[in-house]
Amino acid sequence: MSKTADILVIDDEQVIIDAVIKICSIDKYSVDTALNIKSALEKISHNYYKIIICDIMMPDGDGFQIIDELHDKKIDSTIIMMTGYSTVENAVKSLYKGAIDFIPKPFTVDELLNSLFRANKYQEIKKKQEQLSKQQAGSSLFYVPCPSKYSRLGYASWMMQERDGSVFIGVCDLFMKTIDSVKEIEFHNLEDEIAQGISCVTIISEEDRAHKILSPVSGRIVEVNEILKTNPSLLEKDPYFDGWIYRVIPVDLEYEVKNLTPCSSDRI
Amino acid sequence: MFKKIGIRLIIAVGFTSIIIIGVFAYFNVKSHSTALLSEVERHANQLSETVISSTRFDMMQNQRERIQQIINTIGQQEHIRDVRILNKEGIITYSSEPSIINQMVDKNAEACYACHTADEPLENISITERTRIFRMNPDSSRFIGIITPINNDKSCWEADCHAHPSDQKVLGVLDVTISLDDVDKSIMKGEIEIVIFAIVAIIAVGFIIGLFVRRWVVRPVNELLNGTKQVSMGNLNYSIKNMGDDEIGKLGQSFNNMTKKLSEARLQLFQSDKMASLGRLAAGVAHEINNPLTGVLTYSSFLLKRTKDNHEFQEDLKVIVRETMRSREIVKSLLDFARQSVPKKSSADINEIINKAVEVTENQLSINKVKVEKVLNKDLPKIKVDSNQMQQVFINLLVNASDAIGKSGGTVAIKTNHISLSPYGTAQIKKAECPKRHNLLDSEVRIDGIPSIKVKARFNGEESLIHLDPVYGKLRNIYESNYKEKTNSQYLCPECNTTLLLEKKSCPKCSSSVIGIEIPGQGVYEVCSRKGCPYERWDYVDTSGLQEFIEIKISDTGSGISKEDLSKIFDPFFSTKGQRGTGLGLAVIWGIVDNHNGTITVDSEFGKGTTFTIRLPLTQQR
Repeated sequence: MSKTADILVIDDEQVIIDAVIKICSIDKYSVDTALNIKSALEKISHNYYKIIICDIMMPDGDGFQIIDELHDKKIDSTIIMMTGYSTVENAVKSLYKGAIDFIPKPFTVDELLNSLFRANKYQEIKKKQEQLSKQQAGSSLFYVPCPSKYSRLGYASWMMQERDGSVFIGVCDLFMKTIDSVKEIEFHNLEDEIAQGISCVTIISEEDRAHKILSPVSGRIVEVNEILKTNPSLLEKDPYFDGWIYRVIPVDLEYEVKNLTPCSSDRI
Repeated sequence: MFKKIGIRLIIAVGFTSIIIIGVFAYFNVKSHSTALLSEVERHANQLSETVISSTRFDMMQNQRERIQQIINTIGQQEHIRDVRILNKEGIITYSSEPSIINQMVDKNAEACYACHTADEPLENISITERTRIFRMNPDSSRFIGIITPINNDKSCWEADCHAHPSDQKVLGVLDVTISLDDVDKSIMKGEIEIVIFAIVAIIAVGFIIGLFVRRWVVRPVNELLNGTKQVSMGNLNYSIKNMGDDEIGKLGQSFNNMTKKLSEARLQLFQSDKMASLGRLAAGVAHEINNPLTGVLTYSSFLLKRTKDNHEFQEDLKVIVRETMRSREIVKSLLDFARQSVPKKSSADINEIINKAVEVTENQLSINKVKVEKVLNKDLPKIKVDSNQMQQVFINLLVNASDAIGKSGGTVAIKTNHISLSPYGTAQIKKAECPKRHNLLDSEVRIDGIPSIKVKARFNGEESLIHLDPVYGKLRNIYESNYKEKTNSQYLCPECNTTLLLEKKSCPKCSSSVIGIEIPGQGVYEVCSRKGCPYERWDYVDTSGLQEFIEIKISDTGSGISKEDLSKIFDPFFSTKGQRGTGLGLAVIWGIVDNHNGTITVDSEFGKGTTFTIRLPLTQQR
C-alpha cells in the first residue's frame, strides 16, 4: 500500500477536486480523490485519511452516507462537508451528524484553508486526548467540555436557556482550541435576527484567519457581551460563562433543539 | 335581426299599441258614425213631422195644389232628394219630383218593406224600423229614407170632403229621402284622422321605446357581452365602466367583482405553480452554477495569494474575486427564495411582529420622510406563524413602500384586523372513511385537482361508482354513465360494501336517503343521495362558523404600480428598481405567505399609491 494521503476529497466535479488539490498544496497536504460515493467508501475502507472533504450532493448518493459509514466503522477522520446546495438544513444536519465544518460552494482559498487548519488542529487534539485516556483513564482533558445543561451545534457553538426563556449563545472551548489566539471578534448588532445554521459571529485569529461560527438557535439578539469587544481573549479563557456572546430571544427553540447535541451526552 | 332584444321589445310594444289604438279607433269611429246617423235620422223624422203637420191643414181643406206647393218647396232643399206622399194603394199622390206622380209603388219595394213584411201592414212601428239607408246604385252616395205613416184622424173622416172613411187607420205615408253625402264625408274624415293618429302614435311609441331600450338595455347588454368576450379570451383585467344602479348596472358591478376575484384567484394559482417550478429550477441551477463558480473563486483567490508581489495582477484578481463573491450572493439569495421549507411556526402576535418590522426600518423610512401610521387592532388573537419570516415580509413591504414614496415624503398606513369569511365553498374534505375505516378518497378521480370521495351505488345487483366533490358547498359530483337513479338504491363503501346511508335520516329537501361520510376528527359529511339535490351538510364546518383570518393591510402614498406591472410584481426577477434590486423580494414574500396558507393581494393606482393585503388563516381548514 502506498503512503496514505492526508486528505480525501469527494466530489463529482473534476474542477472542484483540482481546486481543492491546489489549495491543499499550499499547506503541503497530500490529497486523494474520489469522484463518487462508491469509490469513496472503498477508499475509506482501505485507507485512513486524517481529513475528508465531502460534497453533499453526489450522483450515487449523498455525503451523509460517508459520515454514517465512518461512524459505523468507528473511523475518527475529521469531516468537512461542502455543497452547492447550501441550505440551513444541510448545514445543521452536517454539524449534527459530526462534521466539523460546512462550507458552502463557491468558497475562497482562505475559507477552505482556515477550515483545514481547524480540522487539523481538531484531529491533533483528539489524537492527544486518545493517547492520554489510554495512559490514564479519567484524566484531565485538553479542552473543557461544555457544561451538562448546555446544548451544542456540532463542536463549535453552544446555547443555554435561562429561566426567563432567553438563551445564551457562545463558542465551545474545543473550537477555541482549534484556532489560534483571538485577535478580533465581529458581532452582529443588537436586535438583529440570527438563524440556526447561519453564521452569527466571526472570530479573527492570528494571521487574519476568519472563522465563522454557525448559530445554534434562531432568534433575536437582545444582548451582546460588551466585555468581549474590549477583551476578546476572554472567549478563550472562559468560553462557557463570562465569555458568552449573545443573549437571544429564541423563535422556535422546541423545534431547533432536535438539531442540537445535549452536552450531558459528552460526559461518560 | 329579430333575435335582437331591442327589436323584439319594439315589436312587442308596437303590436300592443296597434291593438289598443286599433280597438279604440274602431269604437270611436263607430260611435261617431252612429251618432251622426242618428242625428240625421232625428232630423229626417222631424222634417217628416213638419211636412205632415204643415200640410195637414191643406189636406183638411183638400187644397191639393198647395200641398204640392209645400212639398216642392221642401224638396228643393239641398240635401233632400225627394219628398213624396203615397196613398193607401201605393200610388204616389204628391212628390217633389213631378215625373213620378201617379206612379204606383210596389208594396214589396224596399221603402215599403218595413211595414209590409207581414200580410197585414203594421201600424205602430219605431223610428229605426221606419228608416232605411240605401244607395241608388252601387257607385252613388248613401241616402237615408224615412217613412212616416199618415194616420187617420177624427177630423179626417169628419172633414167636408169625406175623402176617407173612418175605419181606415193609415191613410198614406210620407216618404222623405235625404242624402248622406255630408255625413259620409264627415265619417270618412274621422276615420282617416284616427288612422293617421294611430300610425303616428305607434311610430312615436316605437321610437321612444327604441330609444330607451337602446340606452337602458342594448348598450349595457352589449357592454356586458363585450366584457364576457374579453374575459373568455383571457383578459381578466377588463372592467365594465359604470352603468348606473339599475339591475343591469348591478349585474355589471357583480361582473367586475367576479372578474376581479377570478383574476386574483388565477394570479394566486399561477404564482403557486410558477413558484413551485421555479423553486425546483432554482435549486438545480444554484447547484450547477455553484460548481463552476467554485472553480473561478478558488483559482482566482489562489492566484491572488500567489501573486502578492505583483501589484497589477492583484488589482485585477481582486475584481474577479469580488465579482465572483457577488455572484455567490446572488445565487445564495436565489436559493433562499427557492427553498420551499415549511415555516417554523409558533404562536405570535402579529402586531408585535409589525412593530418590530417598523423599528427595524425606522431609519430608512425617516430618511425618506415617510410617516408610518399604525392602526393595529389590539384584540387580535395570537396566530401560529414563523415570526422571522413574517417579519421579513413586513420589512420588505415597508422598504418597498418607502422606495415607492421616494425622497419627497409620504405616509405608510398599516392596519391589522380580525375578519371572518364563510367556509362554505372553500372547506375541503381531506380524509374520508366508511364505518369500517376504509379510505374513501380516490386520488385517481380528481375534481378540480382534489381527490374525490368514492361511493358505490347498487340497485338490483347493478353497480356503478359515484365520485363526490371534496369541496364542501360545490357539489360537482361525478356519476358513472351507467348510474341509474332508483329510490331503493344502496350506497356502499367500494371496499367492504358497508352501507353509507344514514339510518333514520332523510333529506330535508326531497326526503331521499342521505349518504353519510365520516371525516376523521371532523364529524360527518352528509349529502343527499338524489342526483342534483342541493342538500349537503357538514356540521363540523358549519358550527366552526366562518373561517377566521387576520388581515394586514399596508398602504403607501407612493408612485403606485402600473396595470401591466401589477400582474407581474410577484414574479421572481421582476424588478422596477433596476440595478438596485434582485426582483426576488416580493416573490419571497409571496412564498412565505403561501407557506402559511395565506393569501397576498395587491391593489394599486398609478401615481396614487399601493395597498398590499395579507390574509392569514387562524384556523387550519384548507
